[in-house]
Amino acid sequence: MWKFIHQLASPPHFYRIAPKIVPWLAVPGLAIIAYGTYAGLFLAPMDYQQKDAFRIIYIHVPSAYLSLMTYMIMAVSAGIGLIWRIKLSHAVAAAAAPLGAWFTALALATGSVWGKPMWGTWWEWGDPRLTSELIMLFVYFGYMALRAAIDDTVKADKASAVLALVGAVNVPIIHFSVEWWSSLHQGPTLIKEGGPAMDAGMLYPLLAMIFGFTLVFGALLLRRVRSEVLYRERRTRWVKEMILAAEGRN
Amino acid sequence: MEALAMGGYGAYVWACFGMGALVLIICDWRARVRQRQVYRDIEVRIKALGDTE
Repeated sequence: MWKFIHQLASPPHFYRIAPKIVPWLAVPGLAIIAYGTYAGLFLAPMDYQQKDAFRIIYIHVPSAYLSLMTYMIMAVSAGIGLIWRIKLSHAVAAAAAPLGAWFTALALATGSVWGKPMWGTWWEWGDPRLTSELIMLFVYFGYMALRAAIDDTVKADKASAVLALVGAVNVPIIHFSVEWWSSLHQGPTLIKEGGPAMDAGMLYPLLAMIFGFTLVFGALLLRRVRSEVLYRERRTRWVKEMILAAEGRN
Repeated sequence: MEALAMGGYGAYVWACFGMGALVLIICDWRARVRQRQVYRDIEVRIKALGDTE
């Protein structure tokens, strides 16, 4: 196991193995999303209060979950890179940030579209869940801007890792905001005492969408990390040899 | 048509699914562009180094 992890952390090994893993995540992920979309839109029963508008959850919940999960991946990777100086960890953190920002923006946009028919407003500044999620988007932007502002990769890794770790404080705030403060946003539905407060016909498509989005996210992350590894290792012998070998084949 | 109308919420629901698809497409496209860009930059650099040697 440790040998496998140690091998995977080696940039050349990761670069070679990543494209072999990507289809195993992307293809089932997209198939599960296709099922979840169909089941969520046409098979799941209508909510008695929110009517068909509730179907927005099939996009909103996976994107909100990925927004937080990506941040945790980014912060943990940055922390590992900072403490153990594993090169691949910083590459993972750097590659995860844009994906996290996209999924956070999607969660905010779909939440806003849901808010209009349900709450009568696109946005409510006083709401803790909405505001803390928006802060999360700004932390992602800040992380990417900080990396872009520092030319030296090692310095950029260290500075952005500190920012990622500090920003991790926002993750539990987002998660528990609906319990700690009065919020327009509904309380926890999936993860709560006594099990999910949803009909099975609504729940299974949602779980499928969360799982499908996670697999596709995994594929996207691997591809982005691969590019990041290639960029960081651009002056190394193995990259030169690989590109010359590819040119020789063409 | 009734299924598309979503009981009057169709614009909201379809907009969200459209945004979801768009984000996945953009993320995939950005990953491809970045990989191609980095690879081409290295190719050019290696070629330039080879020419000067």
